[in-house]
Amino acid sequence: MSITNTDQSTDLTRGCWDPCLISGCNLRAFDAGFLGDLSPEDDFRLMVFIRRFEEALLRLFQEGHVNGTTHTCIGQEYVPVSLMPLLQTGDFIFSNHRGHGHYLARFLDPEGLMCEILGREGAVCQGVGGSQHIRRDRYFSTGVQGESVPVAVGAALGLKRSGAKHIALTFIGDGTWGEGSVYEALNMASLWSVPLVIVCENNGIAQTTPINVNMAGSIASRAAAFDVTFVRVEHQRITEIRSQLSEALEGVRQTGRPLVIEMMTQRLASHSKGDDTRDESEIIRMKSRDWFEQIDGITMERRAKIDHDVLHAIDSLVECVLAREASSWKGRS
Amino acid sequence: MERVVTALNSALRSLMEADPSVYLIGEDILDPYGGAFKVSRGLSTAFPERVVSTPISEGGLLGVANGLVLSGQKVFAELMFGDFTFLAMDQIVNFAAKSVSMYGDRMEFPLIVRCPVGGRRGYGATHSQTIAKHFIGVPNLPLYELSPVHDSALMMPQIFQRGEPAVIFENKILYAHRQYESDQIDDLYSRRCLDDLGEVVMLETGEKPDAVLIAAGGMVPSCLEAGRRLMLEAEIAVDIVVPYQLYPFPVASLASVMGAEPILAIVEEGTAGGTWGSEVAAALYAKYWGQLQSRILNIHSEDSIIPSARHLEDQMLVSSDNIVRAIADAL
Ligand SMILES: Cc1ncc(C[n+]2csc(CCOP(=O)(O)OP(=O)(O)O)c2C)c(N)n1
Ligand SMILES: [Mg+2]
Repeated sequence: MSITNTDQSTDLTRGCWDPCLISGCNLRAFDAGFLGDLSPEDDFRLMVFIRRFEEALLRLFQEGHVNGTTHTCIGQEYVPVSLMPLLQTGDFIFSNHRGHGHYLARFLDPEGLMCEILGREGAVCQGVGGSQHIRRDRYFSTGVQGESVPVAVGAALGLKRSGAKHIALTFIGDGTWGEGSVYEALNMASLWSVPLVIVCENNGIAQTTPINVNMAGSIASRAAAFDVTFVRVEHQRITEIRSQLSEALEGVRQTGRPLVIEMMTQRLASHSKGDDTRDESEIIRMKSRDWFEQIDGITMERRAKIDHDVLHAIDSLVECVLAREASSWKGRS
Repeated sequence: MERVVTALNSALRSLMEADPSVYLIGEDILDPYGGAFKVSRGLSTAFPERVVSTPISEGGLLGVANGLVLSGQKVFAELMFGDFTFLAMDQIVNFAAKSVSMYGDRMEFPLIVRCPVGGRRGYGATHSQTIAKHFIGVPNLPLYELSPVHDSALMMPQIFQRGEPAVIFENKILYAHRQYESDQIDDLYSRRCLDDLGEVVMLETGEKPDAVLIAAGGMVPSCLEAGRRLMLEAEIAVDIVVPYQLYPFPVASLASVMGAEPILAIVEEGTAGGTWGSEVAAALYAKYWGQLQSRILNIHSEDSIIPSARHLEDQMLVSSDNIVRAIADAL
């Protein structure tokens, strides 16, 4: 099967900023397609990196550097970090409005992403896409809830016809189960047995509407109605998540049957920028359950050191990006 | 005599034969039924892997079509009635059309949405609309119309080659209509191309025209009839320009037509309000203002839903009578 989309920016060292500051060599190899072992420190470093990246964006937003809006994944960073090593280069990934963590974990390219969000030269989509519309290789994001689920079914059907053992994975939120497109897609995926994986990041809220006001029944029963395998992940421990999900994902590759994964997670920050209607006490309670507080096997000193290094890396990234010219839309025809 | 539906069916067949990446997806398109209007008859037997029949999920099937495009395929998506494109609007406008440019670099997107449109079959309001006007002006979404004076087998590969998603509107009354293979259309009209690609066709009587009609494929039968009557009843010579592409309208190809005709009229089955014809007129005014002989006439159906009963349809849909009257009045 041919890939219609050429890679726009595989060069990790495109700029003035040294990606080794976050990743170390393991992660660079991982980006090149080598799914070697990631140490707990590698995982922790990447999760912290995503969090500090998002916080920097919120700061840049306050300072007026971001045009439009931005949805951070603060609290949910471990979801893409735990999943990405289970994915292969030939897999399709469809992301959504809350996609910075998905992109960073897939490509380790904070520079391309930050330039994109700030509209600077070096942007992965020339500043045209912005936070919610990113394409690179087989990674696509869009800002319309539920739109990418049937698209992922089509991509999965294409993969099936090509005989490749790849999958098409799409991230959606709990609120997106209100869209009819999700059910049309689940029906076709199950009917045709295509390798579709829906990862639902269930943070219990959609913009301002809590899940109990949005959803009757459950995600599990909806998957069951379509005869689709369902897995729920109720904790944030990366190694366990990987061992729980690697078998399920391998099952999709082997059988070509679809899969729904529900990740019980929490959105610690506002929906986009300062629009949080939840009780302060609820947020304090969530913060006490944050993965950052619960990481095992890394000493306090190491954590502090990693965080310090990451903050330093982010500072130099921001400085580098802000020094860039405004992007130009070269692809405009 | 070949019918338009047969010509369209063999065009699809030859495209699928020539290119193993061509898919057809839609509802009820499998044999032996072969689609609500029989356009896909025989294709699922010939290409079982590439003809995908879906549940009644217009948005979903367009999504699947889009995903197939991302995986390297060229896709025809058939919607059973044009009115149902509204259920698939998100995938057509927000995903397919926007993907061409919203990611910075241009992305090729070989998708063709095909849908039957138009009245005169008595199907009533939800199955009879001429919907092109709702798609005009979407960036990277060119619009086309099936035509009995164009060869679909030549036209459709050109659309794929442009690399942008496209919609082809197919007026239902054409399916059973004769496909004009020879350049001699009948004893009065002959065909000539106005452009290199053969997309803009001129049907002419050979006389110096008193009026020129611009009409897409679905209006060709009514325009030919109106032209014949005007000639026989009033010795008014009418030429007919038939573009395959509705939008963007190929204004430049009309250069040779402009300036010679006293009356220029745009004819369409679409109802009043935000019409295709007003878009075409605006484009012609902008380019040919100095050469126009008079105000451009817009002939279209009335501002109404499409009723079911034959006599009620006749009252509001454009017909050869309307065209004859409008041209005679203008002269
Ligand atoms: C079709 C559509 N409707 C509404 C919106 C506006 N919107 C953006 S994000 C969002 C909430 C999504 O909630 P959820 O699916 O739970 O994802 P989360 O934001 O929690 O990650 C809404 C309503 C949209 N982008 N697309
Ligand atoms: Mg949510």
